[in-house]
Amino acid sequence: MTQNPVLSINDLSIEFPVYKGAVKALNGVSLHVNEGEIVGVVGESGSGKSVTSMMAMKLLPEGSYRVTQGDISILGTDIIHASEKTMRTLRGGDVAMIFQEPMTALNPTRKIGIQMTDVIRLHRRLDNDAARQLAISLLKDMHIADPESTLQRYPFELSGGMRQRVLIALAFSCNPRLIIADEPTTALDVTVQKQVLMLLKAKARELKTAILFITHDMAVVSQFCDRVYVMYAGSLVEAGSTRQVLHAPRHPYTRGLMAALPELATPGSQLQAIPGNVPDLSRLPAGCAFASRCPSRSDKCNQKPVLTSIHEATTHQVACWHPALQEELAV
Amino acid sequence: MAFLRMIKKRLLGLLLVVLGVSFITFAISHLIPGDPARLIAGDKASEEIVQNIREQLGLNQPLYIQYGTYLKGLATGDLGTSIRTTRPVLEDLKAFFPATLELSLVALLFASALGIPLGVISAVYKDKPIDQVVRTLAVTGISTPAFWLGLGVIVVFYGKLGLLPGGGRIDEGLTPPAAMTGFYLIDTLLQGDKAAFVSALKHILLPAFTLGFVHLGVVARQIRSAMLEQLQEDYIRTAKANGTSKWGVILHHALPNALIPSVTVIGLALGDLLYGAVLTETVFAWPGMGAYVVNSIQALDFPAVMGFAVVVSFAYVIVNLIVDMLYMLIDPRISEVS
Repeated sequence: MTQNPVLSINDLSIEFPVYKGAVKALNGVSLHVNEGEIVGVVGESGSGKSVTSMMAMKLLPEGSYRVTQGDISILGTDIIHASEKTMRTLRGGDVAMIFQEPMTALNPTRKIGIQMTDVIRLHRRLDNDAARQLAISLLKDMHIADPESTLQRYPFELSGGMRQRVLIALAFSCNPRLIIADEPTTALDVTVQKQVLMLLKAKARELKTAILFITHDMAVVSQFCDRVYVMYAGSLVEAGSTRQVLHAPRHPYTRGLMAALPELATPGSQLQAIPGNVPDLSRLPAGCAFASRCPSRSDKCNQKPVLTSIHEATTHQVACWHPALQEELAV
Repeated sequence: MAFLRMIKKRLLGLLLVVLGVSFITFAISHLIPGDPARLIAGDKASEEIVQNIREQLGLNQPLYIQYGTYLKGLATGDLGTSIRTTRPVLEDLKAFFPATLELSLVALLFASALGIPLGVISAVYKDKPIDQVVRTLAVTGISTPAFWLGLGVIVVFYGKLGLLPGGGRIDEGLTPPAAMTGFYLIDTLLQGDKAAFVSALKHILLPAFTLGFVHLGVVARQIRSAMLEQLQEDYIRTAKANGTSKWGVILHHALPNALIPSVTVIGLALGDLLYGAVLTETVFAWPGMGAYVVNSIQALDFPAVMGFAVVVSFAYVIVNLIVDMLYMLIDPRISEVS
């Protein structure tokens, strides 16, 4: 690995103190995003993917969480010990974020134009006119037909897809090195979803911006990401290139996710689901967190498996005592 | 367009409210036992004299005719003649209403100017000591009777410390300013009479504090809860993720949105203040509508009491109209939808 990671998370564990105990949201997560790379983090709700993204920007409410081990570094800055001031220059500057809910992610009582120029002028030495021109050209890049009049509008006057494009334009406004996108298209129609993703990807490739893409949607990952991490109950269970993980999933959980995709189901047949539920994060088992739902569990699963390469010459890693063999993989 | 339509609709509503209020006050004041004619004539007057007075005042006519006469007068701005002062009620109210309105507005200013920042701080430092202090203060404000608080501050600031006057609108040695707006604070300034202005200001401080203290609590609590709600919103997270500073997020993003529901509370507070002023005015010998109305009630002075009710409800509706107009100004979503 000769590339420089823009984001690297090492062995990070985070818990949320609750009455008489703690919810262990992340348990020894290590991941990195290289320059210009689009990396997916997949998992169901409660798997810790959003906590990872919020923590990377230190946006979790102060005092609500405890970092028990590990560290995060963005462009060489130690995030966990960074001051609020350092974080403020990073946020929206070198690192931008796009959130899930375009309907509510913009301030309802301020015009789009002001919301955009505010952010631009916060990070760049531009006068109002120049900031406005930049906002217009950013909106144009997002294929918004009438950028001047869009700037004059309030968020409630725009559709969901338009708002998300505004938010993406805003994310690119200060030429970030990394964009953290937390389920940016989940709330959109499927057709709009694809348009928005393509715009995001094209712009990121053009500017060599890296993206950490949080999602629960395997189909989106396959179109969008270079590499992917699969998360379950606060731990990574599988990692590798999108091709490796999606075409030859080794972890029983990843395979379950793939089998559950409605796109792959035979018409007329029952949709597949993974039996059981996500374990309670305040009472995680000592061993593999997936064991209780796993078809191939054994006694060995009472010990926690570590993410290891499946063989020496690959970046494909899995955290499982009984990874599926290549032959079994005719999905 | 939507704006004009709203105002038109409201003005129509205003008419109905005034009609309703006039009917209710008329009914109540004429149904309660008590004979104003007898009261005017005195205990020892003969039945003949009392009957004469009744005829003079039109009290011998059937109720519906009396009400009709009253409404006719109302339409032309004639609120009748006060039985007690024998002057037109409208003239009396013109003399007393500005004093009450001035007191209410200063009280509201005090409540908002202090209540809004306190509410914001309380929300930002939720559950910290400062929040506890503000919340205690708010509950104290809401649950302290105005007349008791009034007496308390008179004892302390006038009686013990001798810092502020204990009653009236202006020092007795000074001549009140010629009425331009009827507000002493404004009139004295317009006439450049500095000494009179300072005196008027000193006189209004204690009653305005007393009157506004209840609403200080109401406003602070309202702002606090609205702020807490707004600070949870997604757009706040966006603003933070874009590098906006902590107080930038609070003051430029959360506060304007939190003010929207609070405008209602502040508007309604002004209505309450106009009514509530009656007690405070009595404690501070403030020459507003309060004392006038109390005396009128005791004298069974129907026209005066009814005039007061009509004028205050009129003011109440106007305040609500202004609140709705403010809504349209600060919340772009409303002007669009309606």
